[in-house]
Order: sequence, then C-alpha cells, then structure tokens
Amino acid sequence: MLDRTQTGPAPISSLAPQSQAVPVVEILSVDKVFANGMRGLEPIQLVIQPGSFVSLIGPSGCGKSTLLKLIANLIEPTDGRILWWRGGFDKVGTPGRRLAFVFQDPTLMPWSRVETNVRLPLDLAGVNRAEATRRVAAALENVGLTPAARRYPRQLSGGMRMRVSIARALVTEPDLLLMDEPFGALDEFTRNKLDEDLVRLSHERSLTNVFVTHSIYEAVFLSTRIVIMAANPGRIFKEFVVDEPFPRDEAFRASDRFAALCRELSTILSDASLASRPA
Amino acid sequence: MKFPLINQPWFARVMAPLAVGVLIVLVWQGACRYWEVPRYLFPAPSDIAESFAENWPDLLHALWSTLYVTMMAFVAAVVIGTLIAFLFVQSKLIEISLLPYAVLLQVTPIAAVAPLIIILVKNTTTALTLCATVIAIFPIISNTTIGLRTVDPGLASYFRMNKAGRTATLWRLRIPGALPFFLAGLRISSGLALVGAVVAEFVAGTGGTSAGLAYEIMQSSFQLDIPRMFAALLMITTTGVALFGLMVLLERALLGGWHESSMAPER
Repeated sequence: MLDRTQTGPAPISSLAPQSQAVPVVEILSVDKVFANGMRGLEPIQLVIQPGSFVSLIGPSGCGKSTLLKLIANLIEPTDGRILWWRGGFDKVGTPGRRLAFVFQDPTLMPWSRVETNVRLPLDLAGVNRAEATRRVAAALENVGLTPAARRYPRQLSGGMRMRVSIARALVTEPDLLLMDEPFGALDEFTRNKLDEDLVRLSHERSLTNVFVTHSIYEAVFLSTRIVIMAANPGRIFKEFVVDEPFPRDEAFRASDRFAALCRELSTILSDASLASRPA
Repeated sequence: MKFPLINQPWFARVMAPLAVGVLIVLVWQGACRYWEVPRYLFPAPSDIAESFAENWPDLLHALWSTLYVTMMAFVAAVVIGTLIAFLFVQSKLIEISLLPYAVLLQVTPIAAVAPLIIILVKNTTTALTLCATVIAIFPIISNTTIGLRTVDPGLASYFRMNKAGRTATLWRLRIPGALPFFLAGLRISSGLALVGAVVAEFVAGTGGTSAGLAYEIMQSSFQLDIPRMFAALLMITTTGVALFGLMVLLERALLGGWHESSMAPER
C-alpha cells in the first residue's frame, strides 16, 4: 500500500491532474502575525490544483480559519505571497468574482425571500435582471430549493438555510469555493445529505474547494486531499490524500475502505494534537 | 351540541374582551340606577350616551381639532426623528454631541414647558403641535438609532466582501434591519403624540382659540356637566386605541412573514 501521507504538495491521482494546469491558489511561504503580536501561522507552502477538494482540519488554534481567510483574500499575509491563477488581487478585503465564501452561519437576510437572498450578490454586482433571474433559478435547482424560492428564511430548517447560503455562493458561478465549517451546526443526517450534494455539485461544475471542518468523516468523504494542521504555532502538520474516484455516495461511506481511511486520519490528528501543546 | 365558532381563536380574542366590556357597562348602569347616584357626580352609561347624542356636533369638532394636532405632531416626530436618527448613525461625534439634548427634551415634563411654548408661538395650533412633537419624537430617535446600528455582523461583512456601496448597504441591509425597531418606536410615539396634544390643550387653557377634547373636558368641568366630560374622555380613549390598532396593522403589513414579532405562532 502506498504511503498516503506526504509532506509536500501532493498530486491528485484520482483526478488525473493536468500537470500544465494553472494552479488555483499558490501559497508561497505565507505567515500571519496578528496585530496583538500573536503568531497565527508560521510560514506555509500550499498549492491548490484546479478541481481538487482540499479540507483543512486540526485542533483549535491551528490557524485553519486564518488560512482560509488568507485564501479568500479577506486578510493580508504578514509575509510571503498568495497567487490566484498565477495572479493577485489589487485590494485585500474583497475576494474576486471567481471566489465564493460560505460562512459558518447561513447569514441570510431575514426580511428577504429565498430567491432575493440568492440574487443578492448578482444585484450588488449589477447583473441585469433577466440574467440574474435565470441564474438564481439554476442555483436554486442545483441545491433542490426550487419549491422554497418564495419562502422566508425563518420558515426553513437549518439545513435548508445552509442550502440557500450555498446557492447564493454558486449563483456567481465561482471557480473556487471556500467554506468555513459550513455544516458544523447541523445534525449528522442533514450534514451527510449536504456533503453528498456538495460532492456532486463540485464535481459537476469542476469547482475547486477549500473546506474547513472538525469532522474526520466529513473530511474523508469530501476531500481529494486533507491538510492536517497543528497549533502553537499554527502550521501544516501533514497532508493526506484520499484516492477515491468521484462521484462518491453512500456506498463509499459504508465501505471498509472509508472506515480505514478515517482510522488513519484519526491517528494523524491525535499526533497533531500532541504536537499542538504550548511550548 | 357543538360550538365550532368558540374554537376559533379569533372569536375568543374578539368576544372575550367584548363580553367583559358589556358586563362592566351593565353593572355600572345597574349600580347607578340602584343607588340613585346623581348624574352630576357619576353619570350612568345611558347619561353619557344621552349627552353624546345632544352634543355630538361640538364633540366631533373637538375631536377633529385634537386629532389634527395629534397627526401633525406624529408626522413631524416621525420625519424629524428619523432624520435625526440617520444623522446619529453617520458619525459617533454627532451622536455624542446631540444625544444629551435629545435626552434633555425627553426628561423635561411637557406640562412644564408647554406654557413657554404657548407664549412664544403665536398660532395656537402650531404651539400645540410643537408640544406634542417634543413628547412624541424621542422614541422615534432612540428606536431608529438602535435599529440602524443593530446590523447582523455576518451580513455586514458579506456586504463588504461583495463591494456593496453605501446606498446598497443602506437600502438592503440597514433600513430593513432597522424596520422592526422603527415600527416599535412608531407604536409608542403615536400614543405619546395624543397625550402631548391633550396635555398641551390643558395648558393652553380655555383662554385660547383652541377647541379640542381637553377644552371640552375643562368646559364640562366648569359647568359640572359630568356626562359630557365622560363623553369627551371616551373619545380620547377611543382615538388612542384606534391609533394603536393602526400601528399594529402597519407592523403586520411590513413585518408579516419574516419577523418574529409578527409571525403567527406555529401550531
């Protein structure tokens, strides 16, 4: 059996990477020291290939959310450079049109109907009405919310609200989807269902994903590549490739292979926790 | 036997208080007749109705006068109060410079200031409107300011991330978010505008050209026409209730569907 744990950026064999393809994100010796002098991340190297699904997992304080925010161009690195499609952004704080970010909370406007919530980024970007309507309908269809288009967020369950949030991210037709523990507050059953839909959507649209999670099962189910991080200081501890073809479904979750992968990841995470104790 | 109507929630909500009202009126009427209370001390409901039937043209005219002042004051309070609230949220400096004066306005009893306003302002109606505005404006200012400041931080950062301009953020985030607070302010303010109008009329007294419901009450008191006094009082109360009901309807229309306060309980 091949050694699944590697330290450098790993090729994603299941997706037959086009070695010539422009990487979606290149993180070049980026570190982050916060204003209060706290060291958030020690220099990190990470290259994210198109079509990959990268999960960030690790004990609290390991800087996985900080890393995600750096990738989202929401905060600036203290040192080093981040490239998106070999380019950069002029200004920090506003991710480009090709990036979409899904928060931990659905963050919907309670006074607007589902369809209006989904249309918001298009309205803010000044997309014309007809085009916006078409794209909203498509995004709602994608997440299975067409019947709920005219409802208010309050009338929806937690899982449905999260679907609205995902539809709002998809409606801008991004290439890179960044999610910060989006399903953390949902029950196991709803979470599994949403994970399956996310895998399907990402595959259909050849999205590149970076996904922060606390769940070993979720990480293994979704990812082509799992980045295990450790704290004190925040750093990449190890990387782990999930060499399982897409589409993935319930059968994968029920397989012995899935269980074995989860066990393996769990062991690495314990090591990462041990390595995270304050110096 | 079954009473399907009784099981309707709206039926109970309307009929139960109505039944209590009818009962009170009947007991009141019976008590006045039984102990033969003179009508100049405490009139029976029938005396009040009689007085209303006799004096309705005067009373309606008085009602119109009070209602006019109330409405003008309410509209002025809403417009000026909202503008001040918008000014407050523009800059913290403006707020901390002006807020103490808004509070000053609020804590000074209107009855104490009203004589001054009535002396300074020549036109009685304008003076009365001014008094009522002063008392009605504070809830609008404070509620709208809080509402405009209470922005969901997650949504705010979402708007920022999407490069939303000031106008878009105002119309699509701040104003809808402030609406429940603003409407709660309206509800308080509408009642205060009526209170302000009546109090100002009392202070303006019978000397002026004012002829509102408070004037009616004072006149009746001088002439010991107690049934007429009750009739005027009843009209003030009814006006207050009507204003309150109107505000509740407005709230339902604007918040129905999305806000907790206006949602029907789930069954």
